[in-house]
Amino acid sequence: MSRLLPYPILTALLLMMWLLLTSFSAGQFLLGGAVAVGASRAMAALQPSRPRLRRWQLLPKLLGIVTYDILQSNIAVASIILKGSRRKRAPGFVAIPLDLRDKTGLAVLACIVTSTPGTAWVEFAPDTGVLLIHVLDLVDEAEWVSLIKHRYEGLLMEIFE
Amino acid sequence: MNHLEALPTWAALLTAFFLVLGAGLTLIGAIGILRFRSFFERVHAPTLGTSWGTGAILLASTICFSALGSRLIVHEILIGFFITVTTPVTLMLLARAAIYRKRTEGKGEVPPRSLLRLPDRPASTSTPPTV
Repeated sequence: MSRLLPYPILTALLLMMWLLLTSFSAGQFLLGGAVAVGASRAMAALQPSRPRLRRWQLLPKLLGIVTYDILQSNIAVASIILKGSRRKRAPGFVAIPLDLRDKTGLAVLACIVTSTPGTAWVEFAPDTGVLLIHVLDLVDEAEWVSLIKHRYEGLLMEIFE
Repeated sequence: MNHLEALPTWAALLTAFFLVLGAGLTLIGAIGILRFRSFFERVHAPTLGTSWGTGAILLASTICFSALGSRLIVHEILIGFFITVTTPVTLMLLARAAIYRKRTEGKGEVPPRSLLRLPDRPASTSTPPTV
């Protein structure tokens, strides 16, 4: 944790990414290096909490579940749009009491909820842990609460807490 | 563009399939923005484009350039990662601005802030009130 390079791994990864996206040359190395060092020092200014991965071996399982769910809800939302207003829909808000408190875990949950068509992350109260989401086709509220809590939150808590 | 004749038939078919799938989903998402009537419904439509719309196009790109053997496939993974990570930021900004405005207008279309301050309810039986 030197003052010049607060996040050596992040800096190295950023430089690698820069070189992969452009080309391997001395000029790009210098330019990418400058950007990487600048970005990692900006990151240090934000003072992020160190993410802990307690059980990273569960990550592929989470990725698989999420990919499958996103595919399914893509089909569902696409059919809702194509059918138009012929079928009665009931969009609405669902409040979900979460037990997950880890910041990285919550960020991943936000990515999941947002990436899934049909659900949108609206508001989260850090003090009570209640999450408000909007659902495009709300049939059964309890079903959504149980989906988020059991399908994602449980797994995320195992991974991050 | 000039070496595409070298692409084997199976790869060309797969590439075309995923490209059309991704572009189609993105188009349906755009149509959805037109068709839906309220802000919170509209917010759902573009996510077709940011999830499997992007995913399928990136898959097509991966298959095409892997079959041609011209370069590594890190670009697609990076694009997918960045889209997934940045979408929530935009969406949350829009959603929170919208919910703040609706609450200020006070027409009762959105649940009040007090809903989030309630103590934790048992998860299994909870059916929180929504408006």
